[in-house]
Amino acid sequence: MQAFTQLEGIVVPLDRANVDTDAIIPKQFLKSIKRTGYGPYLFDEWRYEDRGEPGMDCTHRPKRKDFVLNQPRYRGASILLAGENFGCGSSREHAPWALLDYGFRCIIAPSFADIFYNNCFKNGILPIVLPAETVRRLMEACEAQEGYRLRIDLQAQTVTTPSGEVLHFEIDAFRKHCLLNGLDDIGLTLQHADEIRAYEARRKQEAPWLFMRA
Amino acid sequence: MAKTLFDKVWDQHVVRENDDGSTLLYIDRHLVHEVTSPQAFEGLRLAGRKPWRPAAAVATPDHNVPTVDRSRGIADPVSRQQVEALDANCREFGILEFGMQDERQGIVHVVGPEQGLTLPGMTVVCGDSHTSTHGAFGAIAMGIGTSEVEHVLATQCLIQKKPKLMRITIDGPLPLGVTGKDMALFIIGRIGTAGGTGHAIEFAGEAVRALSMEGRMSLCNMAIEAGARCGMVAVDEVTLDYVRNRPFAPKGELWDAAERAWRALYSDPDAHFDRELRFDAAEIEPQVSWGTSPEMVVPVTGRVPAPEEAANEVQAASWRRALEYMDLKPHTPITEIQVDKVFIGSCTNGRIEDLRAAAHVVRGRHVAENVRLAMAVPGSGLVKRQAEAEGLDKVFIEAGFEWREPGCSMCLAMNADRLEPGERCASTSNRNFEGRQGMGGRTHLVSPAMAAAAAIAGHFVDVRNWQEEQ
Ligand code: SF4
Repeated sequence: MQAFTQLEGIVVPLDRANVDTDAIIPKQFLKSIKRTGYGPYLFDEWRYEDRGEPGMDCTHRPKRKDFVLNQPRYRGASILLAGENFGCGSSREHAPWALLDYGFRCIIAPSFADIFYNNCFKNGILPIVLPAETVRRLMEACEAQEGYRLRIDLQAQTVTTPSGEVLHFEIDAFRKHCLLNGLDDIGLTLQHADEIRAYEARRKQEAPWLFMRA
Repeated sequence: MAKTLFDKVWDQHVVRENDDGSTLLYIDRHLVHEVTSPQAFEGLRLAGRKPWRPAAAVATPDHNVPTVDRSRGIADPVSRQQVEALDANCREFGILEFGMQDERQGIVHVVGPEQGLTLPGMTVVCGDSHTSTHGAFGAIAMGIGTSEVEHVLATQCLIQKKPKLMRITIDGPLPLGVTGKDMALFIIGRIGTAGGTGHAIEFAGEAVRALSMEGRMSLCNMAIEAGARCGMVAVDEVTLDYVRNRPFAPKGELWDAAERAWRALYSDPDAHFDRELRFDAAEIEPQVSWGTSPEMVVPVTGRVPAPEEAANEVQAASWRRALEYMDLKPHTPITEIQVDKVFIGSCTNGRIEDLRAAAHVVRGRHVAENVRLAMAVPGSGLVKRQAEAEGLDKVFIEAGFEWREPGCSMCLAMNADRLEPGERCASTSNRNFEGRQGMGGRTHLVSPAMAAAAAIAGHFVDVRNWQEEQ
């Protein structure tokens, strides 16, 4: 996993609440058995006029002009500003894979759905929760000013606006540590292999029916 | 100290508490399907890791499988590749799989309980959000992402923060014609799709106790639609009767010991919840969703709401968007909404009891002329066999329904079963998101009896009126 320390980038405002994972990456693209290549299909139904199919070359597909991602001013964006309950719906990790593949490394919203939030961290994406009023203010500023950029510092837990305003965000210590160092948490858990084995030995005595072969 | 049901199960699964307040939680059962697992198996291979306890996992393909004749396999090469990848991974890593030609194949959340692979007091995970279904057995059952699927395969554990606890109590007897599905939609309508975020929900109260295991599974299935980490129901006689004699359930002395342990799986009377909600069952009517989120739901006796009635501007904006997408006008009575397709199935409502309820409504009647396609899709091969033994397939077919092979089917339209742009569907599934059942498709979530009645009438009807007649 790619580490996340600092990021400065163009911001896209996606002013909708309850953006679900079906919207982020429609199901037909879930048939891929890879982790990459989803970027061109991110928000497929909102982005294109036609129906997207896996493997399609997207460069010539007709685009919906009114969708933010299609506006030239947001080209190359790496930070997504979103509405509340972003990422609700299914557990598909294809959603963060698609966001990452498109180029987003950070998503800022008033709230996230639990599984999506968790999935972001496993893929080097930083989801930041800021108060709804603050997100609204950032959206307005972003829409008003072309080339609007934010600076994120994970170590300091801050978002800095172009005018120099510094916003603080909360993040849990373990997740921060893993993200800062790009750590694979399977490796970390396996450091406790002896404790897992000891647990299993004890539990087999207490509740042997849990260890019958499936 | 008094403990909640959740606390009891959680505490039994703590391997270690990490310094940062997270917990290494042991996972008893890992359910696997073809869509969210290939990248996890690939990850294991790349890291040279082996599954920690392959015997704890069980797999079945469900999302991509065709629901028509399977003897010639899957026509779509991309879908086929995914299902074949699951077969190959299970073979390589020694995981039990109910493959596409196995009669036990089906939607993973139907198969687990049906086989007795889901047991009370377990921790159950699956790379699928509707894993919450298994909480109906007094289990902690959570949907996880693919990275976590890999983590569980490699370590048999998950790193978790203990969620907050919420109890939703439904008092009083459930009115006639009202199901677990209606209860779920009603609750989501009240608390919203983010109402349960960060929480594990325990469903309690007389009306919940009165539900069959099937009804409880429908209810817990949709806990995720309320944003919750999981849903749970305490163990009682209904639970034990369902589990007893299932193929993978413990037998003999082992059963006796298990039963003793399971009987303790309820919340102690003075246990603490972070949030408590109570509703009166008498308030619950058959529900119909009108919008593009499960919280956009009204009773069948109601009307499509107007954005002016919304609680705030954010909600009004999403209602306007939903009305446009759904092509509905505010104040339209629900019973005036016509449907083009009807789908009965999914992990919410693809069990035998659901098919019985729908068959009961369509028996001796015929699908309306304006309905282009009505399909009944059993949740598993064994549900299908049982339904056929009861003659339900004939009831459906005679009424003009298509009777299909088991799988997720039009719940998410990853196979060939889908809505065309603009088509309107009465569906027993759990999500009415834009494009969920096909690009431009319009989904109304209802119970199986309500979907069946809509198929017959050609528009939504209050199924309670029909049930009184019978
Ligand atoms: S039936 Fe629908 S919700 Fe259930 S597992 Fe399949 S796709 Fe997911």
